[in-house]
Amino acid sequence: MKILILAEHDGLQLSSSVHQAVTAAQFWNSPIHVLVAGHSADAVVQQAASIHGVERVVHANAAHLAHPLAEDIANLVASISEGYDVILAAHSSFSKNALPRLSALLDVAMISDVLEIKADNTYVRSTYAGNVLTTIQSTDAVQLLTVHGSNFTAASLGGNAEITSTETPAAFKKASWKSEVRSQSDRPPLGSAKIVVSGGRSLGSAEKFEQVLSPLAYKLGAALGATRAAVDAGYAPNDIQVGQTGVVVAPELYIAVGVSGAIQHTYGMRDSKIVVAINQDPDAPIFQVADYGLVADLFDVIPELTAAIQ
Amino acid sequence: MKILVAVKRVVDYNIKVRIKPDGSDVDIEGVKMGINPFDENALEEALRLKEKGVATEVVAVSLGTSANQDVLRHSLAMGADRAILIEASADLQPLAVAKLLKSIVTREQPNLIILGKQAIDDDAGQTGQMLAALLDYPQGTFASTLQIEGEEVTVTREVDGGTETLALALPAVITADLRLNEPRFVKLPNLMMARKKPIETINAAELGVNLDARLKLIQVSEPAVRKAGIKVNSVEELLNKLRSHEGILV
Ligand SMILES: Cc1cc2nc3c(=O)[nH]c(=O)nc-3n(C[C@H](O)[C@H](O)[C@H](O)COP(=O)(O)OP(=O)(O)OC[C@H]3O[C@@H](n4cnc5c(N)ncnc54)[C@H](O)[C@@H]3O)c2cc1C
Ligand SMILES: Nc1ncnc2c1ncn2[C@@H]1O[C@H](COP(=O)(O)O)[C@@H](O)[C@H]1O
Repeated sequence: MKILILAEHDGLQLSSSVHQAVTAAQFWNSPIHVLVAGHSADAVVQQAASIHGVERVVHANAAHLAHPLAEDIANLVASISEGYDVILAAHSSFSKNALPRLSALLDVAMISDVLEIKADNTYVRSTYAGNVLTTIQSTDAVQLLTVHGSNFTAASLGGNAEITSTETPAAFKKASWKSEVRSQSDRPPLGSAKIVVSGGRSLGSAEKFEQVLSPLAYKLGAALGATRAAVDAGYAPNDIQVGQTGVVVAPELYIAVGVSGAIQHTYGMRDSKIVVAINQDPDAPIFQVADYGLVADLFDVIPELTAAIQ
Repeated sequence: MKILVAVKRVVDYNIKVRIKPDGSDVDIEGVKMGINPFDENALEEALRLKEKGVATEVVAVSLGTSANQDVLRHSLAMGADRAILIEASADLQPLAVAKLLKSIVTREQPNLIILGKQAIDDDAGQTGQMLAALLDYPQGTFASTLQIEGEEVTVTREVDGGTETLALALPAVITADLRLNEPRFVKLPNLMMARKKPIETINAAELGVNLDARLKLIQVSEPAVRKAGIKVNSVEELLNKLRSHEGILV
């Protein structure tokens, strides 16, 4: 039995979620290989080879993998999939795009966003926006899944995997990468921040979102998050949306400011260690998931809170 | 140009589903159902392309039991030209859905196929990518803008940490994000009119697709719920609690 992990990276840096995927893969007690697909991504290959528990790094190097398309990734993984019994990746927009495509190429079912591996082919994942935990068993010969990174501890460094290279199939001709916009921020990344300050539609404008929440986030060394309503209204960029259709976070402290607490939002934050909610409506559903609730006007108390923090 | 839109019938997004006492499945008997929110965005985009003169025909397709006629009526009321129901059991899995949709694509030959990026019941987010693979078409998932020029569609996709823009040769498969557009409200007269429009029904068994479930449902359960904590009366009290009870040095 062999396991293949599809690694996510940006050409320079391996995503930290690969370490979590390695821990998930260790469930099967079998050799773990990591596929690094990219262009001149040698540094990434080295990083992958140094993860404890990885036996081999398979390197696919091709110009068209610089900004990889799901089509090319799926074709590449399919081309080397022979002999692997489990193929997995950490759940992210990269793997969500490519692995279902692979699933159809291999004609095996895929299990998305696995929270817990129960047995060789049995998994727990959440459905209905996190309201239901579903245990399912895959009857396919190849197990294809993405895992919910934060549910698995990160594998440590100190490995020394063998590195091999593999041929890359010809580029998929019917699609091409044009451009990307990466949001710039000097705050910690939302997905791994220890403290998250999230704002809702109630902030009222992009200016106020920034003016009211940034100083607090700055003092706390926190990442900023937002509700979908705040993002849709243009108060916050879409990549900081927390929830069912955004980012799922589990920080030590989550401060929800003027957030109503819709289930699609709480899905993305309810594994936080401590939740503080500030809302002027005493009946706002967010208070049902908050450890500490403060019924108040956010425009009064956020400046006060910011000032009170050293 | 013809556009095919896949619309799934799901539990209304405002409803918190119940679990059967024996944990064998969720209990959706008598629960309010509706069109999957992302599929409404998919359909809205198709309709806007038709209104702009880019598309000439919009066909909505849904897979499931005859109960799915309601979401197809809703689609017709929004403005779809035709509706197709592929009759099958209600709990088809994404790979089977993709294979059935492929047979409809082969028959209808649309230039563009738009699905939702994810169904809010299974939260799988797989069907569009699978369909694209089966057809060997390019895919533009989690789309927040679409632009068609000639034989090409330019798609901006929402990805972790930003957006990405791709150009895809038609025919292509797109999956819609909520941000793609704001779906229109259905007016009552349109709903009345849609009642009279025919819905073509095809039996899934006739499409020669293996519908066996690959994933077996073992059990469902409720996730641990967070307990509501306490209300504090002031910023000072809040900070005290965080510092003294939780050891958070803020
Ligand atoms: C398919 C689907 C997926 C979705 N995915 C997500 C998702 O991933 N993430 C997400 O967040 N949402 C998601 N949503 C939207 C979600 O249902 C809610 O609409 C959204 O979370 C509400 O955002 P909000 O709390 O900012 O706004 P509102 O619901 O409008 O709440 C504003 C809150 O602010 C409070 N308030 C107002 N003024 C003040 C003040 N001065 N001081 C203090 N409090 C104040 C109000 O009491 C209220 O509780 C999704 C919806 C659908 C249909
Ligand atoms: N039974 C179905 N009928 C119609 N469309 C479906 C069905 N199942 C899935 N889809 C489409 O596939 C998308 C993604 O579903 P999923 O992969 O299950 O998350 C949905 O938003 C729909 O557009």
